[in-house]
Amino acid sequence: MKKVGNHTSISRILFFCLALSLTFSVSYAQQAAPEAAAATAAAAPAAGAGDPVKGKELFNANCASCHKLDAKSTGPALRGVADKHDRAWLYKWIHNSSEMIKSGDAAAVKLFAENNKTTMTAFPQLSEADIDNIMAFTSEVAPVAEKPAAAPVAEGSGSGASNNLILGALVLVLGVLIVMLVLVNKTLRRIAANNGVVVTEDEPSVSLWKAYAKNGFLVFVTVLLLMLASAYFLYGYLMQIGVDQDYQPVQPIHFSHKIHAGDNGIDCKYCHSSARVSKQSGIPSLNVCMNCHKNIAEFAGDKDSLYVDHSKEFYTAEIQKLYDAVGWDKNTQKYTGVQKPVKWVRIHNLPDFVYFNHSQHVSVAGVECQKCHGPVETFEVMKQNAPLTMGWCINCHRETDVKVEGNDYYAKIHDELAKKYGVQKLTAANMGGLECGKCHY
Amino acid sequence: MASNKKYWQSVEELNENSSIVEKLRNNEFVEEIPTDEFLGDKEALSSSSTSRRDFLKYVGFSTAAASLAACEGPVIKSIPYVVQPEVIIPGVADYYATTIADGFDFANILIKTREGRPIKVENNTLAGAKVSANGRVHASVLSLYDSMRLKQPVISGKPASWEAVDTTVKKGLSEAAAGAGSVVVLTGTTASPSTEKLIAEFGAKYPGFKHVVYDAVSSSEALDAFQAVYGERALADYDFGKADVILSVGADFVGDWQGGGYDSGYTQGRIPKNGKMSKHIQIESNMSLTGANADKRIPLTVTEQKYALVKIYNIVTGAAVSVPDVTKPYDQAVVNAANQLKAAGSKGVFVTGLDDVNAQLLAIAINNSLQSAAFNPDGARYVRKGDAKAVAQLVADMKAGTVHTLIMSGVNPVYTYPDSAGFTEALKKVKLSVSFSLKEDETASIATVAAAAPHYLEAWGDVTIAKGHYGITQPTIRPLFNTKQFQDALLSWSGNGQSYYDYLKAFAPTFTTGKTWNQLVHDGVYLNEVPATVSAAPADYGTAATTLASAKKAGGLEMVLYTKTGMGDGQQANNPWLQEFPDPITRVSWDNYVTVAKADADALGLENYNVANGGLNGSYVTIEVNGKKLEKVPVIIQPGQAKGSVGLSLGYGRKAAMKKEMMVGVNAYSLYTNFNAFQVAKLTKENGDDHEFACVQLQKTLMGRGDIVKEATLKDFNEKDVADWNIMPVVSYDHKEVPAASIDLWESFDRTTGHHFNLSIDLNACTGCGACVIACHAENNVPVVGKSEIRRSRDMHWLRIDRYYSHEDTFAGDVNLKNNANGLLESVDTFTAMEDPAENPQVVFQPVMCQHCNHAPCETVCPVAATSHGRQGQNHMAYNRCVGTRYCANNCPYKVRRFNWFLYNKNSEFDYHMNDDLGRMVLNPDVNVRSRGVMEKCSFCIQSTQATILKAKREGRPVAKGEFNDSCACSAACSTGAMVFGDVNEKEDPIVRLKEDDRAYHLLSHIGTQPNVFYHVKVRNT
Repeated sequence: MKKVGNHTSISRILFFCLALSLTFSVSYAQQAAPEAAAATAAAAPAAGAGDPVKGKELFNANCASCHKLDAKSTGPALRGVADKHDRAWLYKWIHNSSEMIKSGDAAAVKLFAENNKTTMTAFPQLSEADIDNIMAFTSEVAPVAEKPAAAPVAEGSGSGASNNLILGALVLVLGVLIVMLVLVNKTLRRIAANNGVVVTEDEPSVSLWKAYAKNGFLVFVTVLLLMLASAYFLYGYLMQIGVDQDYQPVQPIHFSHKIHAGDNGIDCKYCHSSARVSKQSGIPSLNVCMNCHKNIAEFAGDKDSLYVDHSKEFYTAEIQKLYDAVGWDKNTQKYTGVQKPVKWVRIHNLPDFVYFNHSQHVSVAGVECQKCHGPVETFEVMKQNAPLTMGWCINCHRETDVKVEGNDYYAKIHDELAKKYGVQKLTAANMGGLECGKCHY
Repeated sequence: MASNKKYWQSVEELNENSSIVEKLRNNEFVEEIPTDEFLGDKEALSSSSTSRRDFLKYVGFSTAAASLAACEGPVIKSIPYVVQPEVIIPGVADYYATTIADGFDFANILIKTREGRPIKVENNTLAGAKVSANGRVHASVLSLYDSMRLKQPVISGKPASWEAVDTTVKKGLSEAAAGAGSVVVLTGTTASPSTEKLIAEFGAKYPGFKHVVYDAVSSSEALDAFQAVYGERALADYDFGKADVILSVGADFVGDWQGGGYDSGYTQGRIPKNGKMSKHIQIESNMSLTGANADKRIPLTVTEQKYALVKIYNIVTGAAVSVPDVTKPYDQAVVNAANQLKAAGSKGVFVTGLDDVNAQLLAIAINNSLQSAAFNPDGARYVRKGDAKAVAQLVADMKAGTVHTLIMSGVNPVYTYPDSAGFTEALKKVKLSVSFSLKEDETASIATVAAAAPHYLEAWGDVTIAKGHYGITQPTIRPLFNTKQFQDALLSWSGNGQSYYDYLKAFAPTFTTGKTWNQLVHDGVYLNEVPATVSAAPADYGTAATTLASAKKAGGLEMVLYTKTGMGDGQQANNPWLQEFPDPITRVSWDNYVTVAKADADALGLENYNVANGGLNGSYVTIEVNGKKLEKVPVIIQPGQAKGSVGLSLGYGRKAAMKKEMMVGVNAYSLYTNFNAFQVAKLTKENGDDHEFACVQLQKTLMGRGDIVKEATLKDFNEKDVADWNIMPVVSYDHKEVPAASIDLWESFDRTTGHHFNLSIDLNACTGCGACVIACHAENNVPVVGKSEIRRSRDMHWLRIDRYYSHEDTFAGDVNLKNNANGLLESVDTFTAMEDPAENPQVVFQPVMCQHCNHAPCETVCPVAATSHGRQGQNHMAYNRCVGTRYCANNCPYKVRRFNWFLYNKNSEFDYHMNDDLGRMVLNPDVNVRSRGVMEKCSFCIQSTQATILKAKREGRPVAKGEFNDSCACSAACSTGAMVFGDVNEKEDPIVRLKEDDRAYHLLSHIGTQPNVFYHVKVRNT
């Protein structure tokens, strides 16, 4: 009896441990948020006469296409620019810089030369007060402002850790339960032995296996079932050969469709422009990337967004891979001419004997890209969404109505076919979209 | 119980003292196995840690891994452009207008490029385009990807840089300028005004500089005659469309005569319109493409042709030059022809292909006397400029050692010069010889500098095919190799810092007023509306006629050297498409041969016979001309070959820079003495094995089956009822005769909606030139199978052009003969006899491809439904579904299905273009490359019809009138208008009118297949 009491105490200790660990992990996760808030609060010191909030607005509207706060872009980094030049000079420069260069202002000429002799757009519409506001924004202290950006990362890793902790605890609990069961069983047996009860194993008169083996019908049914089951699985196995649904290879550059098409809402066909006119949607050439990434040298995602797997540094490094490939030196803002084409891993591989034309589906039929490619705007890593089997194609051709409105090509054919089939809506199948030769040649 | 029996394996074991038994007991083998031979270094092997057991483990593992890996798809890399050129969209074809001018073929063309790779040649149809592409031009795109091309400059056999070439040549030139000898530029006919100017500028510095023009296949005499009369070294232009009577003496003007390109004009007049069509009489010795198309063909030897020519001259101009008679029975025919020509007056035209300046002079005289509207000396053509005398002089100079520097471009005299050994010897005496060449050919390999030249698809240039026509050659791909254009090199050697592109850009405006450079490059052609008029200077035609009439028949056979439709002058001999292209007349591919008349063959004991494996065999002969011998020349007995004459084609027998498979035939240039196609030859039969030909058509006649190729005379066509000459077959139904087409086993689908494609083939307009065959090859990735496979009837051409001879003098005679044969025995005898063609037969060409039957016999027998019908009328072929039973091919009444007996790509057994990375660049990415065990056939270019439809859909418009015609590679390539493709459900489409035409009929319509291809009855103006 005593031993039973002992066991209870062990389990109690274990339970206590688990509870402790859970509280700890939760409290750790909660701590991160106030810390971050505090950091943001500390990062807003009053600097200069302007209003940094208005300044930020103006900066984003007017300056951000060529300037960054902390890095060189088309123009120089602007953090602390108010300290480098006197205010009157700055007013003059911003209102009309080329005039200053012409007039031979030494500082202006030097600046012009330092920045690849690119003339800065004149902003006569900005009042001096506006400029003061911008200066106020650019004078905000950088290192303090850096911390909140890093916070999501810490937060992310913290929650990851607590998850692991909970899992670990659960495993521990399970283990304890098993040990307890064994111990209880042992104790009960001992009690039984002590009480003189003989525990006898049940001995059936005929073994179950032998009985089963003797029953021919049962054996037959079992074998039949086994064969059917194996045929079913074999068929399933064979049918998936060459079907690469959910194929999600690791790409040489971690390109997130979620960030581009999802968070930033870039239209698919901005990058995959040939989908409109060609059979191929085309992997965008790197000069298309550079349309935007000339100015976006580092990841500056919304801190509230959950980039679960990767840090800001990770994404910035991926952008650097693009620069390496296209030969762009972000410090000098110049192409080096050294190019290293990117060897993407092709995800959608139709066999050679299938002809598929994007422009037919995208431009003529107006099918959404997502219909076949899935919710790409949510994919952090691109994958093959559809099975791309013939049955899958055919099914859609059977169900989908042809978009005939506003296309003169279909006018006559539609009238005739509609009369023939007595329907107003025509499916691709009605138009001959199931014929072998339409896709195989 | 133990036994005392002793078992022994050999008698030797009974001998107890035998050393062998002892040895065998310890060793597995009596002698040590020479493992060293295959295991190599014994030491390395013994030190290796891999045991036999390990080896088996590895084998097992790799087998398992390989079979597992086979279930996984391979990882495919996709590499986009870093900076994508604006004009290139992957998956969309771009077209560039350009002009080919390789010294033999000239044409204004469009080049289709995909992802920057030229993949196909098409015709430029803008005003100003003069000549359409023939088969060789269509195939020239593959010559770009020739893996045997010269990839960098070579100096004295060693690869070098262009800087080294410049240094070598500049040094040589300065020596020449200092008086060490003369500088000579030797080119083919360039027809390029800018190049001519450039060469003249280059040569101005050097005393005694000469620019010699050398044509491998010369028209020197015609040029001399034209120059004598009109003062310019050019050729007269002819518009055969304007002629009612065409009389030709030995001029293969549908083929390559005087640079070719006359076929489209010719066929304009050959299609009966308002009851009229031109009459074409051909006097010739070889059976040429032109002769095969003629209404009347008179086979005469060259000497007799000369007599005939003088006779015609007498009759037309009223002169009375005494001339021997032409052999009976053709004497009267010649007189009749001449009278018909004279009667036609300005609506008549006379041409001759005799390499004789007197004959050429008389041709001018005859046409001027007729005031022929078709003869156009004003629009002089510049496609031949070679001067045989100047070339002979140059070789003499070279031998004399007065030539210091010889710069050659686009010529290969060591191969093409009749006295090749003499030229080689002369070339060795030249201090510095430079040969701009696509390949390290016979000449380039012995020249001091073999300068790698770009293909015309990688180069700039301008071409004036005829006066008033200005064409631009532009690059369609970045140079594949380290090549430099001849013109660029000349510019740099003459110290002019310009590139040829800039030079050309500055030069072109002198020809093209009112067109910007960009517009010119876009159009590729420019037409100057007002050509200058020329006037004829007086010439002594009388003497010319007398000289011609005094020609004596020589002892021996009169040989005419000609160029084959497929091979031309032999520049593209390493092009597998052209090698596999069956000659339109003999239907033999992969060979040249001497064509002999039946009577002469019998006299010499020469024979052709078919053998059991489906091939044609023929005797070998030795040809001797002026003491020069050409051995092992195979013989083809050619119906229509003039008795006493033989023919032999140039352009074969090349050995340098060729793939082994392509080194076929004999080099007839060695017999081309004085650049004269006419030579007197002596044939001697060679004993031993016979030659094995790769001939795709062994049957020669139609056996009187007039329903396959329907024919009518112009008289019947005009006067009789359609039912009399376009006889529709009837069958008995309910004991009544009803039209065969009205009886059907199957129910028809309603085909009135959407597109319904039909192809019309006009047998009057088809000259058999074969441009469609090559275009189809290029468009559809048709494999090349090689000579031995062709011999097994495994050719893969989706489109074939059947050629039939008549057994009687006419096809109508055959039909009569067949109908009049009574009783079994007589029928058997008649049919046996009918297998042989007549001595001078009528010839007909019939292009046959998949007929896309609406009730297709192939579809019903396919066990896996791999071939099925589309509602657009196309008979589809799903390659991936085909299991290769070949039932369909067996059940096809037209025999148009082709089976892939082997894997023809990436297979070293078939070492043609599909076996190397370079050659595969020509493949059309929109068409599947078929694998082994798959049936294939004409698809009506469904990839193109679909693309045309898609284009219309994207632009939101109905398909334009006639837009489908260019969808089919064959109809787009057909410059004569014989093939027209279109949509019969579109009332405006030209195909509708053609289908309703009286001449339209279906092939084998009585079997009820309801084909979507129809033919037009051939009308002969006899």
